[in-house]
Amino acid sequence: METAAIEARELSRRYGRRWALSNVTLRAERGEVVMIAGRNGSGKSTLLRVLSTAIRPDGGSAAVLGRDVVKEREYVRRATALLSHYSYLYEALSPRENLSLIGGDIDEALVRVGLRERADDPVSTFSAGMRKRLSFARVLMQKPDVALLDEPYGALDPEGFVLVDRVVEELRARGATVVIATHQLDRVSSYSDRIITLEAGRVVA
Amino acid sequence: MIGALRKEILLQWRTRAQAIAVFVFGATSLLLFSFAIGPNSAALRQHAAGFLWLALLLSSTLTLAESFHAEMEHRALEGLLLLPVSPRAIYYGKAIANWLQLALLGIALVPIMVVLYDAGTTQLLRLVFVILLGTAGISAPGTLYSAMTSQTTRGKQMLLPLLLFPLIVPVLLAAARATSLIILGDPMMQGGSWLRLLAAFDAIYWSLCGLLFDRVVED
Repeated sequence: METAAIEARELSRRYGRRWALSNVTLRAERGEVVMIAGRNGSGKSTLLRVLSTAIRPDGGSAAVLGRDVVKEREYVRRATALLSHYSYLYEALSPRENLSLIGGDIDEALVRVGLRERADDPVSTFSAGMRKRLSFARVLMQKPDVALLDEPYGALDPEGFVLVDRVVEELRARGATVVIATHQLDRVSSYSDRIITLEAGRVVA
Repeated sequence: MIGALRKEILLQWRTRAQAIAVFVFGATSLLLFSFAIGPNSAALRQHAAGFLWLALLLSSTLTLAESFHAEMEHRALEGLLLLPVSPRAIYYGKAIANWLQLALLGIALVPIMVVLYDAGTTQLLRLVFVILLGTAGISAPGTLYSAMTSQTTRGKQMLLPLLLFPLIVPVLLAAARATSLIILGDPMMQGGSWLRLLAAFDAIYWSLCGLLFDRVVED
């Protein structure tokens, strides 16, 4: 049996005394698009951050492509890309300078997200939607095997929505696993293979 | 590490108004310290080195406290770690950039010191060398502690000097003594031993802080 793209067992994480994730067990196969649904504060972002190795779990275990997210952090980081609700951008730098830290074809990525014309302007002059597009360019340049997208449609215009749909389709076409935490239930459920619902840090469906 | 250093230098260049403000602060500190001594030119000369390093120390806390601001603004540091970029490369990139900035500040404060304290010297290259070694000893632990305090929600500005100052006492002492010997003369040839002490502390700080950085920035 092929190793799962993502496998979490009894995964827990707390902030202070409050458990943001509590005994979450889930599995996502390679090439699947999985939607994580749930209200604000249900643990969606925390789950993606644990899977991306941005934060460590306080209990249980998780593996990405068979590699433990705590013990084999470097491998997991090379295989995954996280579109976080933090932009991960430097305000004083231009899109080109921000993306140069990743390596790869910067111009191609900027064309794909529609920011080619603003490639040399400082990010501080960008709107929220443009920053989101630039964060998307970051994900594209990483060429991930597992893409973790936290609210990918947030702050985007209708044209941006189409861009996200197209990118997800492309990622799936090349065999990547895509996990999307979103409130855009109708839109994402139309193309996702599976829906996982979180409530108060627990999987309820 | 080259990419991380390039990014740091770009960020410093884009926020250069801040460096000018830090220089003005350092120059003002030197001016105020000179008032404390009065118009006695021998006493001014005697204390010039100590006050130069005191001004540099106070200015360095402003520079270092700001050095992780851009990293924390949109969690850019977390983004770098997830790329993945080695935490050590990030640390050395930032520490070298801070070192360059502090060294330039130190060199820029020398003419102010010469004018205000009548503390001229012909050994300018040796003085620059002492400033390079001394600021290296401030920037290495300063960068580590700045990373640590930038993650706290309260009292960032207060916490950094509280943690940093006790640790860099030997560096300040050695740098001030070596500078003083350059200004006042070194008939007993003591300068070399202070420089060796400075270099030893620099080596310890630069290696140890590089090793500890990932424990500070990783969850």
